[in-house]
Amino acid sequence: MGKSLFQKVWDAHTVGTISDGRTQLFIGTHLIHEVTSPQAFGMLRDLGLKVKFPKRTFATVDHIVPTVNQDAPQDPLAAEMMQALRKNADDFGVTYFDLASGKQGIVHVVGPEQGITQPGTTIACGDSHTATHGAFGAIAFGIGTTQVRDVLATQTLALELLKVRRIEVNGDLAPGVYAKDVILHIIRLLGAKGGIGFAYEYAGDVFGRMSMEERMTVCNMSIEGGARCGYVNPDAKTVAYLSGRPYVNMSDFNATAARWLSFASDADAHFDDIVKINAADIEPTVTWGISPDQGISISENIPDPATAATPLEKASIEEALQYMKLAAGSPIKGVKIDVAFIGSCTNGRISDFREVAKYIRGHKVAAGVTAIVVPGSQIVAIQCEQEGLPEIFRAAGFEWRGAGCSMCLAMNPDKLVGDQLCASSSNRNFKGRQGSPTGRTVLMSPVMVAAAAITGSIADARELFTLEIPAAVA
Amino acid sequence: MALDPVPFVTGRAVFIPGADIDTDRIIPARFMKCVTFDGLGEFAFYDVRFNSETGEKTAHPLNDPRFTEASILVAGVNFGCGSSREHAPQSLRKYGFNGVIAESFAEIFYGNSTTLAMPCVMAGAADIVAIQEAVEADPTVEFTIDVKALKVRSSSGLNIPVTMPDSAREALLSGRWDPIQELLDNESQIEKKARELHYV
Repeated sequence: MGKSLFQKVWDAHTVGTISDGRTQLFIGTHLIHEVTSPQAFGMLRDLGLKVKFPKRTFATVDHIVPTVNQDAPQDPLAAEMMQALRKNADDFGVTYFDLASGKQGIVHVVGPEQGITQPGTTIACGDSHTATHGAFGAIAFGIGTTQVRDVLATQTLALELLKVRRIEVNGDLAPGVYAKDVILHIIRLLGAKGGIGFAYEYAGDVFGRMSMEERMTVCNMSIEGGARCGYVNPDAKTVAYLSGRPYVNMSDFNATAARWLSFASDADAHFDDIVKINAADIEPTVTWGISPDQGISISENIPDPATAATPLEKASIEEALQYMKLAAGSPIKGVKIDVAFIGSCTNGRISDFREVAKYIRGHKVAAGVTAIVVPGSQIVAIQCEQEGLPEIFRAAGFEWRGAGCSMCLAMNPDKLVGDQLCASSSNRNFKGRQGSPTGRTVLMSPVMVAAAAITGSIADARELFTLEIPAAVA
Repeated sequence: MALDPVPFVTGRAVFIPGADIDTDRIIPARFMKCVTFDGLGEFAFYDVRFNSETGEKTAHPLNDPRFTEASILVAGVNFGCGSSREHAPQSLRKYGFNGVIAESFAEIFYGNSTTLAMPCVMAGAADIVAIQEAVEADPTVEFTIDVKALKVRSSSGLNIPVTMPDSAREALLSGRWDPIQELLDNESQIEKKARELHYV
């Protein structure tokens, strides 16, 4: 019996077993940001500990950074957090991609673009969207702040072994169906808690054809399905993407690439569960509720609690509809929006902006809609500028911003107001997630967000634009 | 590091209804603009406890005077999902909770809670309803989460089997719920592993 990638990486990084039975796992790469790290450094100071391997921790600032006037946050608490990260990085000798570096951005965009994220490695970060890095065949997961301390002090974590569920998607995606739709569809099928106790392996020809950036979109939202990590097996695209990146050692690169590829799951690997999905069944998908598994295709109607299978499901639908101010059984298409947001660690990469820019020429954002576009990193922003994308977005009435987490999570000035409804390319539609306790979020792909911005209401992008299947690139 | 074993916790309980209660709900992101965990207790469940426009208290169970003494939180499925923020269990701890009983938990929340010596145990759906009914009938009922026996008992006579991962149970019973000392003690193996890994 062969091994899955998960098992190979786990075995290669196992240091030992601690007294409660958990594995002490070596964490090769540690990413930190300003929100979940200051208390961890405080704990280190209290315990008189140093950072064990300072070269293996990389910091950036993303959550609290404003997307306008970035280096001078008006919020004194935000300024204090940025200063704390500067001081902690300096005191403990950790690499920090700050605003002046030209490399700052959302931590899950920065890691891959610097080539820090590599196949066959373990990656931890005090952030649940760390699963993003699984797109490269890494075992990557979010941790709490006390665990950030553990990684800083020992480069290890005490962890329970996960089971592995292989999710195979085969067939052809139709035009207008993107990586975001694939993962929203998977979460809808398996549920927000379906992945508890599992790592997700995304396999099948659909993921094989996806670009690295599309794979990142899929792996990013593993946690929304309850899975702490998700990954795609490394292949030639993975190697091509990483070749020449700043943190990839190019001496003897062929041997490095061969080692990376050797971590891919064996053909006869054991999986604890296998789920098969037909790509042709996936449509442009949007959420209608307050949990990421409350999703429907754009052509479906909003669920009716009267048809719920269980009392619990009925209560959940009722709670969601009341919060979202949506009518049971009515179409989701046509629901008026107030705000449109394209960005985040899910969909804030160069290919996301290129894809939207292909279709919005000649269109205008609807009156009364605020539409903002936020590149995931300073490097993505520069790429966009070199390709003339900001002009295309501005001409269509979108605001073009600086790099950061922006409106995904409401820790910076980009927030919903009152019960505004936002068509969002981000990852969570929780109550209050986008900064107003009554704000409403509808998750969808970036092209669907653009269609909603232009129409002024949730729309089927296939009816507004003549969509093509994006050419897969590494 | 000598820590206190946590063989059981005892206290009154409060039931918070709803599935998939996420960590944004437990502690809204704006309260994470801080460099220490101090003071998070007062912001637990803030946006569902207070009306955002009027600032008035809502009908949330944590605003119900019958439950002000509660130190055990009772919830449904997938409690603590979403963001990995340790600020969530930290805020519950500082609010005054010592343990959580739910149908199921999200993993990162679960691990964060155990590391704070806050036992989280899983009970069946019918048993959660029984606890809810007991609390509603008499908010002064005392509950014990018995980590050793894997039971939840109440002064009203409930005796419910619960589950938790062996590792969490062992960590709480042995006073090793914060693993830092054990991790540090394996320094030579850590360094050996670092030398084995090509990329470190």
